[in-house]
Amino acid sequence: MTGKTARIGIDVGGTNTDAVLMMGVELLASIKKPTSSDIQTGVYAAAKAVMEQANIPVGQITDVMIGTTQFTNAFVERKRLTEIGVIRVALPATTSVRPYTDWPSDLLDVIGVNVHYVNGGHEFDGREIAPLDEDQIRKVAEDLKARGIREVAISGVFSPVNISAEERVAELVREVCPDMSVTLSNEIGRLGLIERENASCMNASLSRFAGDVLDGFRAALEELKIQAPLYISQNDGTIMNEEHVRRYPVLTFASGPTNSMRGAAYTTSHENAIVVDIGGTTTDIGILVNGFPRESSVPVDIGGVRTNFRMPDIISIGLGGGSIVRQREDGSVTIGPDSVGYQLTERALVFGGDTLTTTDIVVAAGRHQIGDPEKVKHLEKALIEATEAEIHRLIENAIDKVKTSKEDVPVILVGGGAILVSRPLSGASKVVIPENSGVANAIGAAKAQIGFEIDRIFSYEELGRDGALALAKDQSREGCRNSGADSATIDIIDVEELPLTYLPGGAVRVRVKAVGDLAK
Amino acid sequence: MKIDQDNLNSFIRGAAFLGTGGGGDPYVGKLMLKQVLSEGREINVIDPGDFPDDALAVNILTMGAPTVINEKIPSGAANVEALRQFEKELGRRVDAVMPIEAGGVNATMPLIVGALTGLPVIDADGMGRAFPELQMTTFNVAGLSSSPNIIADDKGSVLTVLTKDNVDAERYCRDICVRMGGAGQMACYPLSGREIREFAVLNTISLAVSIGDAIANARRRHSDVFEDLMGFLTSERTGRHARLLFDGKVTDILRETTGGFSVGTVQIDDLHGNGRMSVKFQNEYLLAETGGRLLAVVPDLICILDRETAEPITTENLRYGQRVKVVGISAPDIMRTERALKVFGPAGFGLKAEFVPVESVQS
Repeated sequence: MTGKTARIGIDVGGTNTDAVLMMGVELLASIKKPTSSDIQTGVYAAAKAVMEQANIPVGQITDVMIGTTQFTNAFVERKRLTEIGVIRVALPATTSVRPYTDWPSDLLDVIGVNVHYVNGGHEFDGREIAPLDEDQIRKVAEDLKARGIREVAISGVFSPVNISAEERVAELVREVCPDMSVTLSNEIGRLGLIERENASCMNASLSRFAGDVLDGFRAALEELKIQAPLYISQNDGTIMNEEHVRRYPVLTFASGPTNSMRGAAYTTSHENAIVVDIGGTTTDIGILVNGFPRESSVPVDIGGVRTNFRMPDIISIGLGGGSIVRQREDGSVTIGPDSVGYQLTERALVFGGDTLTTTDIVVAAGRHQIGDPEKVKHLEKALIEATEAEIHRLIENAIDKVKTSKEDVPVILVGGGAILVSRPLSGASKVVIPENSGVANAIGAAKAQIGFEIDRIFSYEELGRDGALALAKDQSREGCRNSGADSATIDIIDVEELPLTYLPGGAVRVRVKAVGDLAK
Repeated sequence: MKIDQDNLNSFIRGAAFLGTGGGGDPYVGKLMLKQVLSEGREINVIDPGDFPDDALAVNILTMGAPTVINEKIPSGAANVEALRQFEKELGRRVDAVMPIEAGGVNATMPLIVGALTGLPVIDADGMGRAFPELQMTTFNVAGLSSSPNIIADDKGSVLTVLTKDNVDAERYCRDICVRMGGAGQMACYPLSGREIREFAVLNTISLAVSIGDAIANARRRHSDVFEDLMGFLTSERTGRHARLLFDGKVTDILRETTGGFSVGTVQIDDLHGNGRMSVKFQNEYLLAETGGRLLAVVPDLICILDRETAEPITTENLRYGQRVKVVGISAPDIMRTERALKVFGPAGFGLKAEFVPVESVQS
């Protein structure tokens, strides 16, 4: 890359919005503000504040990166979702499990049950199950059009192996309804028809809202006269461009914790470490492998729907700076999982409130000066010691659960609640608290790279293992380049091989992930 | 007994448990059952004792790769088609369907066919767990033929494979199933009521439901899941022996692939550093040992469960760092005869170990 980038990174969380401005590797400005109910205003205010603090003119901003939890929240709360259609490209197969078989009914009340089956799809080796019947597909499109449906998910059997059936169906649908927003399952999920179809339907139901949100972000930047391209964080720790997120909002799910983890990696230069992000109510613990959050390998339930698209493997425990501390009669202590949350500055003892929180304990222990230490002077030493022991025990347990080897690993502490940790943690080779740990999430957004993953079945008998892996890596690199990465910087960061069991013939499912810096 | 919306989840969890790490995730089977039940169909499970001596039952299964079954989900129609062809070959109607294996996704297939055809499902199977191959059944041990083997796909192809030997049936059908796209719907092993009572592993559908119930009830009551589960498994009701073999954390997984099998070893370390267990697997868990001392070996059941929830963990979902408890359960006597051990004992899987019943291992 030539010249220095000037990037604004903004992470819009449920409680706080964090923003940074970074010139190259240098952090020029950082702010933390309560999240506004109107996100557009919040993004505007955050971007304006960091530009002023850094004293950087608008014209110098090269990129803006935003991480947002809005899409997850919308789906979980069943708000702002639209009625969608789903076309399963599979006949004569798969009729024994119709789309939405395991969905909660309150969700179906919102998105409707507009299910269509058409002939087609593929076998595991890429052959067609059946040829497409174009008239049949046009009729389905006419029907969706007549019902006023403008968002559709298309799920084809083995589409991760062969995308042609899904793509042709999409073309035909667009011929009939040019303004139809189409979600193709092969671009979202992995093998496992139902889970991939579920994720595609989620995505379709969010795509109109995604357009509104992106328009809002765009408007906020235009108001500031920022012309730089806009990128949105996705849940593997990389970013996608504006156009991509309009089509695939579901890929932002859980991008908050991954932004924190990427920021932790970036600010400490630790590529392999456990990241403990302690907030006000919960602590998220995840593991960095080669600089990226490890992904969950099991299906993940979101808002009552089972999906298998990549999600970070993160453990959440009910421990934060606002967690409520209670003492049992025998002197032992419990912490959380309830918290005073954003009311910390009203309800905690050090702020004149009446609730004993973990923050009060660390102030009473004399470790930090927060609020009025006089207000916690009366706390007994035994209570303070027992609570601090419990805090460390909870974190150590969670660390042990996410560890991938028995060797001690570095632990990076981020988030406002990092003050709770005051002694070495067992299982940690060392504990690192980066500078600016409170805005690690926004830094993670600002420094994010472009990523691309393939998940296909290869025949090791035909290609040989080396040949197949080389092909998979090439495809992954090419996808990364096409998504906007600079070829010279592309790295393969993950290769996973999973043989298809109970099948002779050397069919192996291969997943390869590539990342690279944004091309200029 | 019926399988209905109330006991479906228990049955599925029990089927995953009896899958002993393999047999495919029965989740897709649960969805198929959910759908047939929502269409108002009934799944009637009958005791083998209530099935007349000369009545005829057929084993229903899907042969193929779980990855394929989870992607190209069976239509259900092909399974019924296989059943109808089976009847044509024998020149008579069948009176009931039954599972060939008690664990994994195949535990669900005959229930779906039962719902679609109205035929009762017999509460018995040929493996008492999950095994990878067609000849690894108590029926084969008893010298019964799997032929006619019918294998059908969703496109309407229906093939009949007649062999003298059940190992040959396995080989031919496996090749056909690859040609069919990695999975085929099968009907095979014609059995009379008398043969079922004599040679099948009895009451394994109800066992799956009871195992699932024990886990679900413990969770609902917030009692100790393993105490309740072991309490049930060792109760007289089951007629089995069961042991908690190990409690620890997965610390290493070595995998290799040979001939379509997921073969490997998982290591589990005691949480307090007091020893290590290793479990060999080939799609299913086969042999558990600690410090060179055998703890359990196939055909006895070795189940690896989440140590908090008792959720069964398949070999494919094993991951470093998982907290697990390992449970060993005795296979019924019919699976431990000298002949049976040759087919699906240690020797059947190329293991050097001698079979030692899980209950007679020194703890």
